[in-house]
Amino acid sequence: MIALSDYLILGAILFCLSTAGVFINRKNLIILLMCVELMLLAVNMNFIAFSHFLGDSGGQVFVFFILTVAAAEAAIGLAILVVLFRNRRSINVADLDSLKG
Amino acid sequence: MTFEQILFYVFAAVLVFSAGMVISVRNPIHAILFLVLAFFTSAALWLMLEAEFLAITLVLVYVGAVMVLFLFVVMMLDLNTASMREGFARYLPVGITVAVMVAAVMVLAVGRQHFGLEHVSSPVAHGADYSNTRELGLLLYTTYVYPFEIAAVILLVAIVAAIALTLRQRGSAKSQNVAAQVAVRRDDRVRLVQMDAEQRK
Amino acid sequence: MLENLHNVNIAIVAAPLLGAAVAGLFGGAIGRAGSHTVTIAGVAIAFLLSLVMFNHVVLQDAGIVTHTVYTWLVSDGITFEVGFLVDKLSAMMMVVVTFVSLMVHVYTIGYMAHDEENWPEGSGAGKNSYQRFFSYISLFTFSMLMLVMANNFMQLFFGWEAVGLVSYLLIGFWLNRPSATYANLKAFLVNRVGDFGFLLGIAGVLMYFNTLDYAAVFNAADLHKDLTMSLWPGVEWSVMTVICLLLFVGAMGKSAQVPLHVWLPDSMEGPTPISALIHAATMVTAGIFMVARMSPLFELSETALSFVMIIGAITALFMGFLGIVQNDIKRVVAYSTLSQLGYMTVALGASAYAAGVFHLMTHAFFKALLFLAAGSVIIAMHHEQDMRKMGGLRKYMPVTWITSLIGSLALIGTPGFAGFFSKDLIIEAVHASQLPGAGFAYFCVLAGVFVTAFYSFRMYFLVFHGKERFRDAHHAHDAHGHHGVHEPHESPWVVTLPLIALAIPSVLAGGMFITDMGFGNFFGAAVQVLPQHDVLGELARDYHGALGMVLHGLLAAPFWLALAGVVTAWLLYMKFTHVPALIQARLQFVHTLLDQKYYADRFNDWFFAGGSRGVGRLLWQWGDVRLIDGLLVNGSARTVGWLAAMVRQVQSGYLYHYAFAMILGLLLMFALFVML
Repeated sequence: MIALSDYLILGAILFCLSTAGVFINRKNLIILLMCVELMLLAVNMNFIAFSHFLGDSGGQVFVFFILTVAAAEAAIGLAILVVLFRNRRSINVADLDSLKG
Repeated sequence: MTFEQILFYVFAAVLVFSAGMVISVRNPIHAILFLVLAFFTSAALWLMLEAEFLAITLVLVYVGAVMVLFLFVVMMLDLNTASMREGFARYLPVGITVAVMVAAVMVLAVGRQHFGLEHVSSPVAHGADYSNTRELGLLLYTTYVYPFEIAAVILLVAIVAAIALTLRQRGSAKSQNVAAQVAVRRDDRVRLVQMDAEQRK
Repeated sequence: MLENLHNVNIAIVAAPLLGAAVAGLFGGAIGRAGSHTVTIAGVAIAFLLSLVMFNHVVLQDAGIVTHTVYTWLVSDGITFEVGFLVDKLSAMMMVVVTFVSLMVHVYTIGYMAHDEENWPEGSGAGKNSYQRFFSYISLFTFSMLMLVMANNFMQLFFGWEAVGLVSYLLIGFWLNRPSATYANLKAFLVNRVGDFGFLLGIAGVLMYFNTLDYAAVFNAADLHKDLTMSLWPGVEWSVMTVICLLLFVGAMGKSAQVPLHVWLPDSMEGPTPISALIHAATMVTAGIFMVARMSPLFELSETALSFVMIIGAITALFMGFLGIVQNDIKRVVAYSTLSQLGYMTVALGASAYAAGVFHLMTHAFFKALLFLAAGSVIIAMHHEQDMRKMGGLRKYMPVTWITSLIGSLALIGTPGFAGFFSKDLIIEAVHASQLPGAGFAYFCVLAGVFVTAFYSFRMYFLVFHGKERFRDAHHAHDAHGHHGVHEPHESPWVVTLPLIALAIPSVLAGGMFITDMGFGNFFGAAVQVLPQHDVLGELARDYHGALGMVLHGLLAAPFWLALAGVVTAWLLYMKFTHVPALIQARLQFVHTLLDQKYYADRFNDWFFAGGSRGVGRLLWQWGDVRLIDGLLVNGSARTVGWLAAMVRQVQSGYLYHYAFAMILGLLLMFALFVML
């Protein structure tokens, strides 16, 4: 039988993979945004698992909203990326250091 | 090993594999496609968890809209893929190390000793007439109606924001600049002139 | 009747003040004649009214007049007020001060008549300098009167400081001369040292007696005679000793006792009238007056009395030595003043307060006379002050000559003249004193008689007799830039009249007052002497009137010593005029020591002035520049900058750095929660 912990461990592994992706990837801003989506996926996984095992549908409602907000955030993030590309002609993360102290 | 378990492990393996591929392939198109695969497998897993509505929504909305959007953008931008993979290996060890450490700690926290079958028992499966959608709807339109409405507003805001950020005016299209209209001063429009009265012949 | 006397007191003080104010503020408008008229009128009124008070208090013996004019403030039960006390002591002082001041005012008309020559063209201070001078000397008269008429310590201190201030203003009167400004600063600073001790003494009085009123303090003095205080742990001092010593420090500053004497010779930079008024007759006697006034306190401390006597003795003898080697005519008289002040102080130390004050009075007359006569000579010599360039002036300036001779005879204590009575009384009193140090003091005052006679008549012979050395500068320009020598002539009557007026008391004042002041109870309750210190009482047993004293004096040691001094001076400066140079060559070391004033000035300049500058420099370089500016102010700025430069590197601008930092933080938090 699948235990709750299995799903949780799966979510943890997904999360760690995506954070590793954030700081390994230094060349492509789009990959960065995709890693954010992965993180959200991991969190959603946790929510659904808990909702199933504890019998509370509130977890699923929350996932519903996370999906909504994730979509909105992806749209705006990509819009920013497009504008950035127009101005800088590059989406290399290593080039974005204007806020250096 | 029950059938359920086999399914779980297969899907989980594919999911983890495709997540790993997302962060390591060179071509961004490939990365997007691997992400799509990840979403599909995770939808399958959610089906196993009896969250049918959300599983379908994941595929329809996330894959169908958001990932397509990603694809649009990648294809729209003129990217120099060759320059993208330099220096990858330099940061790999550190990143992997930290990620593994975080994973290990997390696993310690949520592992079998706390959330195993003895602690949280597997629930009884619902009958065939169980409608997950109906359950969700019952909750969504009563207890959570306010966040629901706000979610709609957020989507509206996202639309407006995305357009406002990327809109480029074309010179030939006529449009009103309301701010300029309101900022007009009387002296720019009207000039009083003293003139002698003229006799009408 | 008493009401009128209160008003008289106020008028005595107010008249010179008013004169000073009018001459000072409106001097330009009313011109020279207006200024000197209004100030002389003020001082003359003060003099006449002082005679009225003298008549009332002394001659008619109608009792002392004391009243409060204005209560300034009351704090913690102690009143600070302006009030007057006129008893026999202050009445005598008032007459002396106003009389000498009046003489000096009249004299100044002649002396400062051509003062505009002393200032450069277009000098701001030089405009109306004549009126300014009159304003200052009137102001001085006011200050001195406030001092002697005070009935409480605060007013005494006010007068004390005010005379110091006016002295500063007058010494540096010709303020375009650097030597004058150096001298007036020196006077003020040295006086300040004395004033500091004085103020501490007053504070001691206030602390232990809880009042500043003379009457209250003197009445309570006996109750405090056994009190002690510990200035530092383990050592107990008698309160009376400490207070009296501190008060005497003030007197040392004001009356120029060793070691605070260094300002008086330099004060000769001021015009001669003020040397006569301030630094001979009045201001420098303020210290003597103060100690006499405080006799009820001093009597209770034998330590203080011994100290006073020894300091006075040192001053009397050693300052006299310095008078021998001076070539400037005013400096000789200055050192003579220092020496005579020492005599007065010795008398006070021997508890012969009446003798000290008596000598103060006679000295005021003949010393002012000598200064004014010196001024008359200086005018005649067209402001040449070096005695080596004078000589034989008696043919040209008879009045000045005669009055100078009278003054000198009075100074050396020629029997019959004023100085004889007061000086011999002092010498006898010291001889009779039993206090520690009396033997040394007696030796000093006795030796001083010879020295006094020697330098006085050295000056007399060099100036009025002998070769007319001023003719040797025949080819040199004099002060007016004219070729040739002007024949010296007698000074105008405004100058010689005061000389004559001062010569009269120089002869008569001694004989007239010796019986009452010296041995009678002239000062009454103003001066208190304890029976065990009453030297004058002892001497009174052998006293048989003024004439008897004269006859006795002719046989006593002082007379013969004075005669020896005169004869030596005659021999060295009239007969064998080449000998002084030989002696100087033989005793080069002694001469240098005297010439350098025992190196006191050099020492003060190096140690105190240089030391203060050094400390200032040290604090500036190390304390201010390096410590505060460098370390604390700039150092903290530098530290902040260094810290910021280090911390700044955390903010790299790269997203993945920030994400990495977040993950690390997350890891740490996880670890914490999981472990715990």
